[in-house]
Amino acid sequence: MTLHDVYLLSPELSLAALGLVVILVDMTFRNKGLLAIVSVVGLAVPIALSLILWSDLGGEPGAQMTGIFGTLAVDKFSLFIKFLVLGVVGLVIMSSVGYVSNIRFFPGEYHGLMLFSASGMMLLAATTDLISIYIALELTSLPLAALAAFQRDSRSTEAGMKFLLLSAMSSAVLLYGMALVYGFTGTTHLDGILERLGQALDPSVPFGSYGLFIGVVMVVAGFGFKISAVPFQMWVPDVYEGAPTPVTAYLSVASKAAGFAVILRVFYVAFGEISLDWSGLFAVLSALSMTVGNLVAIAQRNIKRMLAYSTIAHAGYLLAGVAAIAARVPEGESSIGPSGVLFYLVGYAFTNLAAFFAIIAISNRTGSEMISSFAGMGRRAPLLAIVLAFAMVSLLGIPPTAGFMGKLYVFSAAMKADLAWLVVVGVVNSAVSAYYYLRVVRVMYMTDPEDEERVPVVRVPMVALYLTGLGILALGVFPGPIMNVAEKAAGVLF
Amino acid sequence: MLSAIVFFPLISAGIILVLLRDARQIKVFALAVTVLELALAIAIFVVFRVEDYNVVDNMELVEDVSWIAALDIRYHLGVDGLSVPLVLLTALLGMCAAFASWSVTHRVKEYFVWLLVLQTAVTGVFVSLDAVLFFIFWELELLPMYFLISIWGSGRREYSAMKFIIFTLLGSAFMFVGILALYFSTGTFNLVELQGVEGARLLLPAGAIFAFLFIGFAVKLPVWPVHTWLPDAHTDAPTAVSVMLAGVLLKMGGYGMIRLAVGMFPGRAQEYAWLLAVLAIISVLYGAVVTIRQTDLKRLVAFSSISHMGYVLLGIASVVGAGGVVNAVGLTGAAMQMFTHGTITGLLFLVVGLVYEKAHTRHIPDMGGLASNMPVIAVVFLLAGLASLGLPGTSGFVSELLVFLGTFEVWGWITALAVFAIVLTAGYILWMLQRAFFGPQLPRFAGVGDTTALEAVPMVALVAAIMVVGVYPAVVSDVFALGLEPIVTSLQQGAVP
Repeated sequence: MTLHDVYLLSPELSLAALGLVVILVDMTFRNKGLLAIVSVVGLAVPIALSLILWSDLGGEPGAQMTGIFGTLAVDKFSLFIKFLVLGVVGLVIMSSVGYVSNIRFFPGEYHGLMLFSASGMMLLAATTDLISIYIALELTSLPLAALAAFQRDSRSTEAGMKFLLLSAMSSAVLLYGMALVYGFTGTTHLDGILERLGQALDPSVPFGSYGLFIGVVMVVAGFGFKISAVPFQMWVPDVYEGAPTPVTAYLSVASKAAGFAVILRVFYVAFGEISLDWSGLFAVLSALSMTVGNLVAIAQRNIKRMLAYSTIAHAGYLLAGVAAIAARVPEGESSIGPSGVLFYLVGYAFTNLAAFFAIIAISNRTGSEMISSFAGMGRRAPLLAIVLAFAMVSLLGIPPTAGFMGKLYVFSAAMKADLAWLVVVGVVNSAVSAYYYLRVVRVMYMTDPEDEERVPVVRVPMVALYLTGLGILALGVFPGPIMNVAEKAAGVLF
Repeated sequence: MLSAIVFFPLISAGIILVLLRDARQIKVFALAVTVLELALAIAIFVVFRVEDYNVVDNMELVEDVSWIAALDIRYHLGVDGLSVPLVLLTALLGMCAAFASWSVTHRVKEYFVWLLVLQTAVTGVFVSLDAVLFFIFWELELLPMYFLISIWGSGRREYSAMKFIIFTLLGSAFMFVGILALYFSTGTFNLVELQGVEGARLLLPAGAIFAFLFIGFAVKLPVWPVHTWLPDAHTDAPTAVSVMLAGVLLKMGGYGMIRLAVGMFPGRAQEYAWLLAVLAIISVLYGAVVTIRQTDLKRLVAFSSISHMGYVLLGIASVVGAGGVVNAVGLTGAAMQMFTHGTITGLLFLVVGLVYEKAHTRHIPDMGGLASNMPVIAVVFLLAGLASLGLPGTSGFVSELLVFLGTFEVWGWITALAVFAIVLTAGYILWMLQRAFFGPQLPRFAGVGDTTALEAVPMVALVAAIMVVGVYPAVVSDVFALGLEPIVTSLQQGAVP
């Protein structure tokens, strides 16, 4: 490892170091309020280092700096995801200020694990080698499993156990798939795989070879677990329901973003030669995820469970963008699928975080996560209710919200890639989802509360709530700047 | 100027939300806003008529700036003869709705905020010239309607509101697909450039895109068999919202059908004109027959809307032409029918609301002899009813006459059936009036009074609109004809000899 490698890896290294510092602070000082402050303020370091890297890349499209034997790529794509993950982890830590005091054990480890996992996600977006992808994935997942079990009650423990077992299983599937790909191509490096595939494909066979076919399908299955696409979604509802709510928020946004980042990188770079084959695969997964997620969400009574199914549906919308590959786009034009996915991830992060932050604040007071317990919140907690309602509208995809612009972008990408049928499935699904998203709004504004007592608000989480709420609106009205950045970031993949 | 008329209500809604607290203050402020909005709309109408200001591609008062560069979406507003009367109608009914909301006492602040947001959304639909902007305003209207019906409505209001939302969302989902398909075929969202686009090489078959757009607008108009949301939503909505819903929201469907579906795909519209005519006549007759059976005053007016909006579709079905000539009369009639139905049915809902407020019932068999209690309301109701059945001298006569004139040559038998529906209309209107207002005075309505001055304002405004257009229809129909000219020209090429 040279000094240049350290420079390239500096955001991840500084974030991991921050995790250690937080644990040390926990052991040294009695005042646990310090932990959140240190974590959030400390995030300035990796953010600053990422900014330096971004400016170092210059304005050239597709600019890339590689290090650690070519397995690490610092480009605008990976930096985009890094900023997203860093922003999300900061907001989640701010939102859990009131919540952590309810957890009696190990507040230091709570923050530390969250930061470790974030460094794994950042690494995941930046690696260009199957082996280091696998390592980054484990670095992401293991802390999350511990975090899911952090509450130490039966539901939380079950959530942690389930997450650990199923992510181990999906990792095994993924590893097997990677091994097959390696067996076929003789390399684990993404660019190398692309090169070998270019030479050795048999056009009469799907994916060019049956061995590769099985390998790619297994890779899809392995990643499918991470992004909660149907039919790899069964862990999602239980884990989302059982895990502490801030962890659920984190899981639903950051780990999904990292999962999509790695999918885009692996499939657009390494498997670009056989994109027509896997694009159809992702299109089918997309349609399945949207439909199953939305239909099952309708029946849910617990709001975290409902959002779990909603996140499955949103994985479906996002996959529509993944399926919109360049090979399907008319000659001389480029695919806007990856940039659509990146933009959608940002919009989805704001929206889902806003929803979960409001839920944290409300259920902290009521002690219940049932949708019915949100009755009358329009009066009991006007600000929380308005942000939660706005987040629901954004998830539903009605303007002027980030959710609408995100759907507009990914569905545009799918339409451009000649996937009109998928767009029809998508928009009909969005219409159906109105039923369960608006039910939350209805309960808050049209049902009488059980008691009239105001819901108390804690200052720091409220700041996080406002930031996300404003983010939804800003992206809904002026999505241009973020779309431009997303376009630049996605340019690396072609 | 168009930005002003679109966003003035929205900004005012923000002011109410943040600054105003007192209920009376809010009401006065909202009234003032809608009156100013109407003044602004009249000013735009006049400017449109007398001067050519910022004309681009036949559109006037154009504002066009880039909004979302990544997807080529522009903030592009403009009006032509087709949209300018509808902008005026929106402002007029917006004002009437605000006046009709004076008696609201429950959660006053939220109510007026949503009412004003609704006005912004609807006005935006009529002046947008960018397909995505059009779609955004189209969807923006859903939330205010959802809240207005489900919080301030009556009966099964939450069910009705949800039904309204799901139907509209499903319809607009298809419209959205159509818009995207057009964009990626042609590279533009500009509604003016997309006129007559069907000749271009498209991503999807032109017939499919036409069908997608048509479905989206048919739900809104509404056309049988996707009309079922309308009676529920109307019946359970508060008075002012019914006025807006019947008066202008349905017109979004007709407007979209003419500007987008027919304007972009004249050939497909002619190909499927027979289908439109059949759907239209079913809507007209079915609507009328079902209306006769209604015993709820509001539901009766709601069902009559289905029948009357059927005439709009019938007028549109005349686009196929006869003897190699497409005349503008049928389309102009359709547009006129939108305008006059807006004023007439708006007025009907207004008086139904007043009757309910005073007599505390909408059940027709329970009523009787109300004319002696509320003579002014009875006279206005009678006027609106007669206009609705198309009495000469009222605006209803003009628009129906135009529709029939335009379609008779093309769809002779169907038009004859539609004319027959007028008899049914006369039947249910007169029967209803007789049962509710005439006959012996009932003792239980002894203390029931007549309208107050404040309630009279919107009634006077709408009666005036009905009479003016009835006596001198050209004030609106000339404008519509002007706006429809390019569409008729493009239709002429495909006319059936």
